[in-house]
Amino acid sequence: MSEFRMPSLGADMEFGTLVDWRVKSGDRIKRGDVVALVETEKGVIEVEIFENGVIDSLIVQPGQKVPVGATLAIVRSDGKTAEVQPAPAAAPPSEAKAAVEELRPATVAPPTELPGRARVSPLARKRAQELGVELSAVTGTGEAGSITASDVEKAAAAKQGAPVAPPASAKGLDLQAMRRVIAAAMARSKREIPHYYLATTIAMSNSLNWLAAENAKRTVTRRLLYSALLIRAVALAAREVPEVNGFWIDGAFKLADGVHVGVAISLRQGGLINPAIHDVDKKSLDELMESMLDLVNRARSGHLRSSELSDGTITVTNLGEQGVASVFGVIYPPQVALVGFGKLIERPYASNGLLGARPMIEATLSGDHRVSDGHRGGRFLLVVDRLLQAPEKL
Amino acid sequence: MSTEKIKTTYRDAIRAAIREALLRDERVFLMGEDVGRYGGCFAVSKGLLDEFGPERIRDTPLSESAFVGAGIGAAMGGVRPIVEIMTVNFSLLALDQIVNNAATILHMSGGQFNIPLVIRMTTGAGRQLAAQHSHSLEGWYAHIPGIKVLTPATLEDARGMLWPALEDPDPVLIFENGMLYNMEGELAADAGAVDISKAAIRRSGKHVSLITYGGTLFKTLQATEELAREGIDAEVIDLRALRPLDTATIVESVSHTHRAVIVDEGWRSGSISAEIMARIMEHAFYELDAPVARVCSAEVPMPYPKHLEDAAIPQVPAIVASARRVVTGHE
Repeated sequence: MSEFRMPSLGADMEFGTLVDWRVKSGDRIKRGDVVALVETEKGVIEVEIFENGVIDSLIVQPGQKVPVGATLAIVRSDGKTAEVQPAPAAAPPSEAKAAVEELRPATVAPPTELPGRARVSPLARKRAQELGVELSAVTGTGEAGSITASDVEKAAAAKQGAPVAPPASAKGLDLQAMRRVIAAAMARSKREIPHYYLATTIAMSNSLNWLAAENAKRTVTRRLLYSALLIRAVALAAREVPEVNGFWIDGAFKLADGVHVGVAISLRQGGLINPAIHDVDKKSLDELMESMLDLVNRARSGHLRSSELSDGTITVTNLGEQGVASVFGVIYPPQVALVGFGKLIERPYASNGLLGARPMIEATLSGDHRVSDGHRGGRFLLVVDRLLQAPEKL
Repeated sequence: MSTEKIKTTYRDAIRAAIREALLRDERVFLMGEDVGRYGGCFAVSKGLLDEFGPERIRDTPLSESAFVGAGIGAAMGGVRPIVEIMTVNFSLLALDQIVNNAATILHMSGGQFNIPLVIRMTTGAGRQLAAQHSHSLEGWYAHIPGIKVLTPATLEDARGMLWPALEDPDPVLIFENGMLYNMEGELAADAGAVDISKAAIRRSGKHVSLITYGGTLFKTLQATEELAREGIDAEVIDLRALRPLDTATIVESVSHTHRAVIVDEGWRSGSISAEIMARIMEHAFYELDAPVARVCSAEVPMPYPKHLEDAAIPQVPAIVASARRVVTGHE
């Protein structure tokens, strides 16, 4: 038996309202299935489950608002014989009691105190203290739902919330939770990460010409945006220069397994969110385009999946639409690099002794100097440039 | 050390160590039941009587208490006895000599008399010798202050632990796991004394520390191969000595893997595995990311039938399952 708990979908989240169940008791579920819809301040989020098994009983009913960490459902994990359960109305006393305790809104308990019978490993507790993570907001994946160090680290990563608050937007500082989270993550980034910044100007004529020819062949709905080329180029370059793709955890660089590009999306209600597009290096441009549109729509309508909020391995921010010439962004910890793009500008360009005009874009890299240096960072931008000169291969 | 290797067995490596000691120091002699004419119950001392004669390879009567006591007296008298007790269960007959005399005389004599005695004995199950000849009581001996307890598992240790044990001014017990005698392998031609104060990392890993010694070392190493296929990178610590325990190596390992499983052929209750868990608690509690687990022998008199004996002692699947549970949260 294990407990499926209200996940933390960003550090600003203390409570979530269960909007709807996508499963009922007795349903077989597998890792990655969307089992519930949960409403948070960021909107309605589809919540996935991370184990295989059978839903034993649903504890929380639609419409109920419960704190993060509260048991939402009991799951019979695979590989264990189903225990004989009393009728759902009389759930096992301990679990029922725990559920009741967890349903009670956190009152004046000190911030480190846990609801009911949450199990936390000593290392997880230590890491939580170091990272400033509130344990009641962490979902445990260890034995019997215990919270392990990696759960805490994931929660800390999710807590960083959103990346890149460009100085211009700092004006709207308010006490909104999300803004506080952004403030904390960015302050931590600037405090801990020795940033270095590189910029290069990339000629976009090849990319845009190819795109125009390609789009002429396509129906309106299937047309490609140049930002897809940029994101795809970043992903492929990250594979070639892996020092920009991964995490700084526990004083060491950990190379990421895949290239999941976090895309900074500003939300209409204010704030930023940084959901990841998974495995961009393995997607075709069409697939990427589809993922991007889907992600932006869902982010703005508030239907992100929990895994998308914490999986990014490198972030891209594109402020070209805002008329910004170049972005020197703040890295989103524990990531180690952020790539910025400014607006397309037609500029005089000398080639073969002749002066012409070409569309140019300013690409920047904010790098973590603990992991890479200007030499490797420069190489990364060079690869991005090279890839954008041969868009047909992207 | 030369790179030349010889093919040998655990048994031959121990014999080579005894032979070297006999040649190197004329105060050294071997005594025990059937060690001379019969060549030792496990054929460890085969041929030594012919080479060194009955003064130095001495057959004793069937009285463990008497010949261990004689060994203590001889050690006090200035020689360097190697006493062989056939199997650990027979050592119970000599418990008074070991615990009450060998371990205490230095203290009781106000520091006047060291007991530079080495006692070798066979330990462990797996050979269908049933409930009275299959104990693993080395962890039990590790309870006693005043003696040292060594558990060589590798050929290097079988070859190299005897000499430093003889050089030690105090009693040293060497436990040879009976399942290892026939183990073949390569050993440096010039292999000799090894350090007996430190545990050894037999495999480096980052997800879980598997802490073991003696006969279960190789089962544990085998388990790491299966774990590796599942993406679990296990570290293996061979304790080598159960007393004194190398707490530092255990703590260091657990501090970077954050998880531990102890594999011990002894019974669970009041065992060396329990002691190791306690040390981890005392020294590395805040490094733990999961409860420490252990794989021990079933708490039953050792069954005679092969399938029941196999089921009673730690085996590879149980080690794999336990490590997997500690790392992933489920079996």
